[in-house]
Amino acid sequence: MIKENRRWVNIGFQLGAIILALGFTTLVLVLSGAPPFDAYYQIILGSFGSLLNISSVLAAWVPLLLATSGLLFTFAAGLWNIGVEGQIILGGIFTTGLLKLLQDSALPPALIIILAILAGALGGALWASLAGILKTYGGVNEIFGGLGLNFVATALTLWLIFGPWKRPGIGSMSGTIPFPESLWLPRFADLRVSPWALLITIGGIIIVILVLQGTHFGLRLKAVGKNMRAAYLIGISANQHLMLAFILNGIFAGLAGAMQVTAVYHRLIPAISSGYGYLGLLIAMLINYRAIWAAPIALFYAALNIGSIQLPIVLKLDSSLSGVLQGALVLFVLMMEGVRQRLVGGD
Amino acid sequence: MDIEFRGIHKTFGSVHANDDITMKVPSGSIQGILGENGAGKSTLMKVLSGFIQADRGEILLDGKPVQINSPEDAIEHGIGMLHQDPLDFPPMKVIDSFLLGGKSGFFLNRSQVTKTLRDLQKEFNFSIDLDEYIDALTVGERQQLEILRLLWLGANILILDEPTTGISAIQKDRLFETLHILAGQGKTIIFVTHKLEDVEKLCNHVVVLRRGKLVGKTDPPFDVDKLVTMMFGKQIKMAERQDAIPGEVVLELQNVAVEDYRLQIKGANLQVCEREVIGLAGMEGSGQPLLLRACAGFQRPTAGMVLVHGKELTGKAYHNYMQEQVAFVPASRIEEGLFPGLTLTEHFVLGRDHQNAFINWEKSQKVALAGIDEFNIYGKPDTFVESLSGGNQQRALLSLMRTPLSLLLIEHPTRGLDVESAIYIWGKLKERARNGTAIIFISSDLDEILHYSDRILVFFAGQVSPPLKASSTTVDQLGQLIGGRGWETLKQGQL
Repeated sequence: MIKENRRWVNIGFQLGAIILALGFTTLVLVLSGAPPFDAYYQIILGSFGSLLNISSVLAAWVPLLLATSGLLFTFAAGLWNIGVEGQIILGGIFTTGLLKLLQDSALPPALIIILAILAGALGGALWASLAGILKTYGGVNEIFGGLGLNFVATALTLWLIFGPWKRPGIGSMSGTIPFPESLWLPRFADLRVSPWALLITIGGIIIVILVLQGTHFGLRLKAVGKNMRAAYLIGISANQHLMLAFILNGIFAGLAGAMQVTAVYHRLIPAISSGYGYLGLLIAMLINYRAIWAAPIALFYAALNIGSIQLPIVLKLDSSLSGVLQGALVLFVLMMEGVRQRLVGGD
Repeated sequence: MDIEFRGIHKTFGSVHANDDITMKVPSGSIQGILGENGAGKSTLMKVLSGFIQADRGEILLDGKPVQINSPEDAIEHGIGMLHQDPLDFPPMKVIDSFLLGGKSGFFLNRSQVTKTLRDLQKEFNFSIDLDEYIDALTVGERQQLEILRLLWLGANILILDEPTTGISAIQKDRLFETLHILAGQGKTIIFVTHKLEDVEKLCNHVVVLRRGKLVGKTDPPFDVDKLVTMMFGKQIKMAERQDAIPGEVVLELQNVAVEDYRLQIKGANLQVCEREVIGLAGMEGSGQPLLLRACAGFQRPTAGMVLVHGKELTGKAYHNYMQEQVAFVPASRIEEGLFPGLTLTEHFVLGRDHQNAFINWEKSQKVALAGIDEFNIYGKPDTFVESLSGGNQQRALLSLMRTPLSLLLIEHPTRGLDVESAIYIWGKLKERARNGTAIIFISSDLDEILHYSDRILVFFAGQVSPPLKASSTTVDQLGQLIGGRGWETLKQGQL
């Protein structure tokens, strides 16, 4: 009975957070002289107004949810893998590299695509293990290590695009030469999203939920995240588990990068990660270890991202408005959680 | 200041920690609050001192209802709490830690504070060097320091939570003297304890809590049997002391030397056999944890050899010791031993070996229920460990130990636990010993050392005595050795 009440109280607080975030964003809109309700309407229209728009939302959902899924591992282990952004980029680089290597070979395109996606996962995993080695053996906090590696990854992308992989003649910010259509991950006819990408993403999050909630490995990961010292005393190797969390996160981030190359851009572009790593961190923070919420929240965030593309065109507003709402949502949810604990007490 | 609790309720999850507590404490009295661990004493005191808020009920000071929302509010109202572990800043000087806690202005007024402290010290006969670093003080001195600090902040009500744990008999007498002086000045003292002797010696009134409820009040002269019955709902007795029949050698220390930044232990020699229980006695800070941790690979010996089952493991990591079935149980349960945020079931899953990759939650739930039952833990499978009381946390920690074990190393197995829990835990430990496990434990409770050990090592300022037979050692002898006396004859006797 008390438990049931408490549940409703919690939901009440979360609804409160959403209302506050919307209120805050509305205030920002009003202050900048824009009609708020028109703006929200445009966002909804831009994301769910047509089948094509919905497919764009799903195309953004794929890398976002993949990045978030990976982050659930590092979050469980108590790590702030801010380097996820660089891990996505390396996934993109490895995928592009493999496609370039094999595009003129006699191998069947399907096989090349599969190998390219696997290469992307490998790239992400390698980059993540660098952050992991720095953390576990070098004593470098994963936030600093990850941030540094993100810069290196961005620089590496630019060097490749303007150096060894440049278009004939001169390098361009629009990226490397697009791959032939035979090397694209097949899409639904006339739509922007690939069923294969959706399959990989949905399969991925299901695996993450199963591993975290149903396996001994998942529980040990949580144990390391909660109390490393006690984990050591009970016979769990903290370093080994931290490394595994990094590598698993890297595999998922690398897959996100691979999807960006094979399903969306068909080439390497400077902003291949599109900031989905940082957005994934926001989502992971928002859902607070509850893996089951990753998919719907990531969908909502993807919709905000895609929907706000309309804003500059229709209302002459900056599309970064969605970022205000996304950020405000996280801040207000965290704040309401603090208020709830103060007023109602912990669970 | 008179204190009155009216209908205080507090629940943590499914545990009703305070259930309708109503009582009055008149000004100038020393009020004992007695109860076993998990009875709700600490919760009630945390409510009074603003660390947590009651779900229902009110607190009145001198007849006026007050709202206490934080420790800061509490000290505004003149309520100061002395915690089980002193809340000071070890790497600082005494005087600096004072200046830090004061409500002075922006600039530090060192000379004035120094003078006030000197006067206060004189009043209570304390002699703490204000320029000393805090980590060089004993637990007892840190406690005196904390009392000074609270008085200096203007406390009229002093709450002491298990203050006699970890301090010497002399320091305890000094503490009691101080409390009598304070009560004489009209201050109100609340003394939380599970030790009957403390209550008998000190308190003007006693209330007993059991499982969250106030079950009785008495005034002196106290009837000990009646108090015990109130605390536990029944009478309890310790098991008879029994000597073990030692088996094969499990652990061997040969001339082991270990040191940390302030202490050096040299030439420790010991052979521990199956089924044997070894107690490490000594004042806190005499080096017992150093040696115990060296037996588990946490502390690298600077000389000598550590052998487990005849295999040399000197300088190897804990992991290698675990393979030889050595386990270590730390003193700080929630910091080093358990996982806050995980449930009891999850702890049981982590503590057991398993074949499958997947967890069978239904089965694990049953295992947890059985463990909770066997170890008498007051909680449910889905209870988070951090909401358990100290004694229940210790039982949970012990329930996680693997079977079989050949060597179990425990720091303070029953510290902060009530008599019944302590007896229970020793019952479990002795059962393990009978099944072949060798046990080495640290304790500052002499009775515990003498009653449960087969042999004893005494530590004093880095010196380690040769093993003494517990059956032929008396409390007096042990007390003298711990205090640094009688070591000459001990050494001659050995020669």
